[in-house]
Amino acid sequence: MPWRGLAADGPLERIAAQYCLADVALADFLADVMQVEGDGVTALILDQHDPAAFAPVAAMTVGDFRDWLLNPATTGEDIAAIAWGLTPEMAAAVSKIMRAQDLIAVAAKIEVVTRFRSTLGLRGRLSTRNQPNHPTDDSRGIAVSALDGLLMGAGDAVIGVNPATDSLPDYIRICEVLDAIRSQLAIPTQTCCLGHVTTALAAMSAGAPVDLVFQSVAGSDKANTGFGVTLAMLDEAADAVAGLGRAPKGANLMYFETGQGAALSADAHHGMDQQTMETRAYAVARRYRPLLVNTVVGFIGPEYLADGKQIIRAGLEDHFCGKLLGLPMGVDVCYTNHSYADQEDMDILLTALAAAGVNFVITVPGGDDIMLNYQALSFHDAGFIRQTLGRPPAPEFESWMAQHGIGAADISLPGLDVVLAQLRLPAA
Amino acid sequence: MKTPGPNFRDDMRALTDARLNFGPRGAAMTTKDALGFALDHARAREAVEAGLNLPELTGALTRLGLDHRVVTSAAANRETFIRRPDLGRRLPDGDAASLADLGPVDVALVLGDGLSAMAVALNGAAFMAALARRLRELGLGFGPVILAHQARVALGDGIARALGAQTVVMALGERPGLSAADSLGVYVTHLPRTDTQDSARNCISNIRDAGISVDDAADQTARLITAMRVTGQSGVALSQAIAAGALPRSSP
Repeated sequence: MPWRGLAADGPLERIAAQYCLADVALADFLADVMQVEGDGVTALILDQHDPAAFAPVAAMTVGDFRDWLLNPATTGEDIAAIAWGLTPEMAAAVSKIMRAQDLIAVAAKIEVVTRFRSTLGLRGRLSTRNQPNHPTDDSRGIAVSALDGLLMGAGDAVIGVNPATDSLPDYIRICEVLDAIRSQLAIPTQTCCLGHVTTALAAMSAGAPVDLVFQSVAGSDKANTGFGVTLAMLDEAADAVAGLGRAPKGANLMYFETGQGAALSADAHHGMDQQTMETRAYAVARRYRPLLVNTVVGFIGPEYLADGKQIIRAGLEDHFCGKLLGLPMGVDVCYTNHSYADQEDMDILLTALAAAGVNFVITVPGGDDIMLNYQALSFHDAGFIRQTLGRPPAPEFESWMAQHGIGAADISLPGLDVVLAQLRLPAA
Repeated sequence: MKTPGPNFRDDMRALTDARLNFGPRGAAMTTKDALGFALDHARAREAVEAGLNLPELTGALTRLGLDHRVVTSAAANRETFIRRPDLGRRLPDGDAASLADLGPVDVALVLGDGLSAMAVALNGAAFMAALARRLRELGLGFGPVILAHQARVALGDGIARALGAQTVVMALGERPGLSAADSLGVYVTHLPRTDTQDSARNCISNIRDAGISVDDAADQTARLITAMRVTGQSGVALSQAIAAGALPRSSP
């Protein structure tokens, strides 16, 4: 039974669609493309559009725009300057007529730098999220996984836990465990419990050490409703976390995750393709000047991204579109066991993303997330890129590593049990 | 610098199943760890790609005194099933018609491959036999066990309607993780419809030799069915009804 959806029925129809798309004027995308009455994300997109920033490319077609982006005379600064003139639909459209190398080449020009205790996104560097998840949120279980990563130099973007439950006491305890590790080891990084934004709000009211507020976001009001989130809630959380005063002035304080297929799986795509819906989520994210944004690219399953080739393509698309719209884009390079993908596909995507200048990737012990039951990158994988392509972590974190001999060949590090025993963790 | 004690790996492994690095730091994963990961992934992939072993399953059910029928979802083969979850939820009209004269029954029992036929091969028949014993004790009627190829959870809804059953128990292989590829999941739904939401189901997960035992799972399933028949609800609504005191104290 063939799909009767938006996808082309065959190779020729696919190329015909690309020819048509290349001839569409960029300005045509300034109309309400989704055509859903009262959608707040559409309103946000139209509100964000800056005509002055758009002016340099306002007369171009999608095809002209691709050529302009790839032109060696067009610099990363030129591209950054039009970010708020572009709408998500324009970014998604041009990506559809770009090959993998085009997506890499243009993204590599764009530098998006964000700051908290570490400076992320500097050219030539690659940061990592250290993701020490545990199926029952056990404090010492989380701590030992975090330490395992830290001893391998992982965690300069964030040490971030996806909680197994969304209970407030657990959220607060996880924040305290991560803050204990960070402060006692004086690590120049930030921590995050990736619970729901409403839980974060309650935890901040209760005085929990919240560095970053996290939320999954999507490209329509209906899809965000599925996540139980509204723009008003995000506004409130952004104000609250800024009010805590934990970060230097001007720091970036929000963290968002996205992923192709999220809107479609919630029947909230309003007939639009999954990649355009993904890019619309970036309009939500950029409203809050986030420290971190990443697509969880292969998590959703083979009905959305069937195999390694599709996951690789989607990872490069999401990274490119995010950077084009001015986001500090990272990628969770990952897959589930019912996808036609394996660790080798992840190696290829990681290498391509490093070439494209990805801000950060997500790393877990041994590449196996034992709470979310999927495979991501390992701490070793980040080490592979550092050694092979020469991509050090954030400068502050690099100094911290050097100070403790982490990554140095001639220093033997203490065992996990020794470091764990030295930590003073909050009572469970 | 202190050398780790002899038991430190065991101590760390008692804290978490995470694949901690006990090899050198700053180098590639050791051959042992790299091959171990690849082996676990291969097990998971085999479990996903495997089909139901009908001769073994039907033989086991017959030995346990249970009759059976076989259906296939609208996803006719494994490749379609993986890419089209919607088809795996739908029972073709012909298969529905073939079940019509078997009902009505109180409870429909369905054993589907889901994403791990390995889980079904290991514990599927034993779970159905354990549950059947409890349903007989409760005086509840059930028809033959329906063995379902290319089955997602919601396929059970159509099977239950074809059988005229009020409650459906769908047992099927869960998506394999890297650490376990043999988990059976059980979904119990009361008064299933064509548009039943997942929030209207109760689930018992991680049924395997190293997880929840078949007997414990059958006990829990029987208690859920009893509670559903008292309250007329399942899923989140059942939990709310129980919280509101809809059941006598001795009930679950």
